[in-house]
Amino acid sequence: MIQLTVNGKTEKLDVSPEMPLLWAIRDTLGLTGTKFGCGVAQCGACVVHLDGEAVRSCVTKMSRAEGKNVVTIEGLSENNDHPAQKAWQEIDVPQCGYCHSGQIMSAAVLLRENPNPSDQDIDDAMAGNICRCGTYPRIRKAIHLASEMQGKSRT
Amino acid sequence: MTKNNNVDTTRRNFLKLTGLGGAALCLGFYFPADGVPTLVTPAELTDAEIELCPWIIINPSGKVTIVNHRAEMGQGSYHSVPQIVAEELEVDMNDINVIFAIGNEKKYGGQVTGGSSTIRSSYKNLLKLSAASREMLIVAAAAKWNVSITDCYAASGLVIHKPSGKKAHYGELALAASKLPVPKEPKLKKISEYKLIRKPLKRIDTPLKTNGSLIFGLDKRIPGMLFASVERDPRYFGKVKSFDATQALKVPGVRKVFKVEMSYYEYKREGVAVVADSTWAALEGRKVLKVQWDSSGFKHWSTPEIYKTQNNLLHNQEGMMLKTLGNPTEILAQSTKKLDVVYQTPYQSHVAMEPINCIAHHKGESIEIWGPIQAPGWIQDDISKQFKIDKEKVIVNMTFLGGGFGRKAMIDYPSEAVGVSKIIGGPVQVVWTREDDAALGPFRPGISYRCEGMIANGKIEALKFRMAGQNNDHWRGGAKDKPNRSTSEGFLKPYYESIKNLSIADVLFETTIPTSFWRSVYASTNGFAYESFIDEMAHEAEKDPLDFRREHLQEDRCQKLIDKMEEVSDWKKRAKNEGYGVAITECFNSTVGHIVKVSKNPQGGIKIDKVWAVMDCGWYVNPDIIHAQVEGSIVMGLGAATTHQITFKDNVVEQHNFYDYPLPRINEIPPIEVYIIDNEEDAGGVGEPGLPPFAPALTNAIFDLTGKRIRTLPFKLSDAY
Repeated sequence: MIQLTVNGKTEKLDVSPEMPLLWAIRDTLGLTGTKFGCGVAQCGACVVHLDGEAVRSCVTKMSRAEGKNVVTIEGLSENNDHPAQKAWQEIDVPQCGYCHSGQIMSAAVLLRENPNPSDQDIDDAMAGNICRCGTYPRIRKAIHLASEMQGKSRT
Repeated sequence: MTKNNNVDTTRRNFLKLTGLGGAALCLGFYFPADGVPTLVTPAELTDAEIELCPWIIINPSGKVTIVNHRAEMGQGSYHSVPQIVAEELEVDMNDINVIFAIGNEKKYGGQVTGGSSTIRSSYKNLLKLSAASREMLIVAAAAKWNVSITDCYAASGLVIHKPSGKKAHYGELALAASKLPVPKEPKLKKISEYKLIRKPLKRIDTPLKTNGSLIFGLDKRIPGMLFASVERDPRYFGKVKSFDATQALKVPGVRKVFKVEMSYYEYKREGVAVVADSTWAALEGRKVLKVQWDSSGFKHWSTPEIYKTQNNLLHNQEGMMLKTLGNPTEILAQSTKKLDVVYQTPYQSHVAMEPINCIAHHKGESIEIWGPIQAPGWIQDDISKQFKIDKEKVIVNMTFLGGGFGRKAMIDYPSEAVGVSKIIGGPVQVVWTREDDAALGPFRPGISYRCEGMIANGKIEALKFRMAGQNNDHWRGGAKDKPNRSTSEGFLKPYYESIKNLSIADVLFETTIPTSFWRSVYASTNGFAYESFIDEMAHEAEKDPLDFRREHLQEDRCQKLIDKMEEVSDWKKRAKNEGYGVAITECFNSTVGHIVKVSKNPQGGIKIDKVWAVMDCGWYVNPDIIHAQVEGSIVMGLGAATTHQITFKDNVVEQHNFYDYPLPRINEIPPIEVYIIDNEEDAGGVGEPGLPPFAPALTNAIFDLTGKRIRTLPFKLSDAY
């Protein structure tokens, strides 16, 4: 049994310590918002927060996640209203939408660590997330907007 | 939906009216007024619902459900189809359900979501059906109140009697309306009267894509479903000689290992399936599966040989003529000053972010399929034939697609999934890994073009294009003694008016590598060759490349497009040390022009400073979706031109995953500005036409800056200066 917290809920899973966190989240827990894109930490579609850090769940073994706090896209906010989610909606960022769980999870960590990211900061933080539909110009715009929204909510 | 006989009669009336053809549903989403969507299932749509036409279902409560008959892969049909219907039906976008139709071409007409065809093939019918439905609801209300029709109007899902202010919602009127005769010529709004169409409305599916709740094919679950991963020969025609499942069967969760095959039209591809309780167990089992392949009996190609062969063919054969004007061969033969060059484009993989996957359940008497599917009708046809089950008993459910780009219009992956399900006797999801998805094909064909031309009096006197590349149609039984119909795709038709001597020919070239449609299809490669060569001709004529095109494209829409391109870009303000390139292509009835600005990167190589795109797609629905599609097309075009290609060694693909098939990333994307030409011409495509002009506009810009002509794709920006 491997115990961990997922979106605030304690879970005890009867899975191999070798199993990637991605498949535990998707197949065992049934949280399909986290996506399988490449399986080798290249595309970022599977990004989740592990103790607050953005990790690629496709290469994160359950042994590493044991005892830790995992947040998936489903747990990022209660009402789809994290500043990144709101900005993504405002700018209409997604096309097919498949990569955007990962994009938003990466952006959320960037926005927490760096509330006012420059274009270069966005490049550095988001270059690990591939979007085949090519929504990159809108991702950039949305992160700037989320930064503004976040700033306003603090004042 | 309803069992009311009168409604069936009405439905038949609609059939007559539209030429389109009854109702079954798959998962959809309910959008309440607060904008927070929740899932609605077909079971929640009851027999009390009235289907006014195949796209409009009205609940007695007044809730309107609009059916999207096409695949949603990012291009926006899930929003655009309802946006059209809502306009003429007079309902609010935030107060409707949208559901996907199942595959039923008798009812909906063609459902193959390809060729950028969703809007352009259906909008006239959708407008007419929706307006007819609105008029019937008004007639029903007027009859109910015993008032004049002319005193009633429809708005926000209500019919209102103007003098008295009496109101009735559509749910109160739908049953009566469905019994009325269908107006043959309903009054359609003028473009100037549109309240929804042509407005940049926010996509109704976006909130589902920001919280992980949207269900793609890979997310779909069926009770009792198992998971499978299939080991296939990297060579398409390889056969399973033997396999050893001993180790695979020891992996916890692995249930069964057996040989399967999938069909790609008449061709079969063999594989060995590992079926397990979970995706991971199937993948782990496959890792330790041992398969011996027989890869004999068919030619093995390598990339250098492919291009060498194409080049030889282009210099030794005239090819099959698709279009001839005047006598270019003779004129060019006499010329001492002609250009004669070869352009070369690579094979490409689609690599949609959602890897290929499909759920199938072979139930003995019927088959049901769920997945990211672009072509439900083709799958019904193929599965029906292969498994000898009536087409009507092959139920194809389209989920949302995590990208498609043409790959998910293929019939191979569903056929394999049905094969696996038949053997295990239950539902199964076959999951392709990224490596399977990237390297097994079918691929966009790599094509070479020989372009010859000469200038006289500052204009093109003669032009000769020859193409040597695989014809996708051959895989579907297309005739080999006829030229590829798409040899001229991408090339602007007004050139036929200004170039008196012109020929376009296709030289037969075949390999044992499977090929198929890839976003914008042949225009993606033709466009590079043809629009680069037009640029070469402009240079030869010592003309400004934009003016040169203006002189040759004497057609009103082209002239307006060129004027707009000049107006929005910095074309006239071009400075030294800046390279500007232009390219204009036509694809699926839309014409798109790009202007690309480049400069020398201080760190070496070429930097793309800006891209301006102007699209003339005629009548359109949602300008913001068009902007998004063109932006995305440019990014995809950038990758295909500068970052990735598929190569072969002995018919085996040399690439595996994103580390050796690298897609553009956020730090590589130039600023992009998109403009739409406003006119009332027939609608053209939107999802694909924005792609073809990018590569030639880029290489033309590099030529402008460096004097170096790039004729082979892909090339590295870092090496281009």
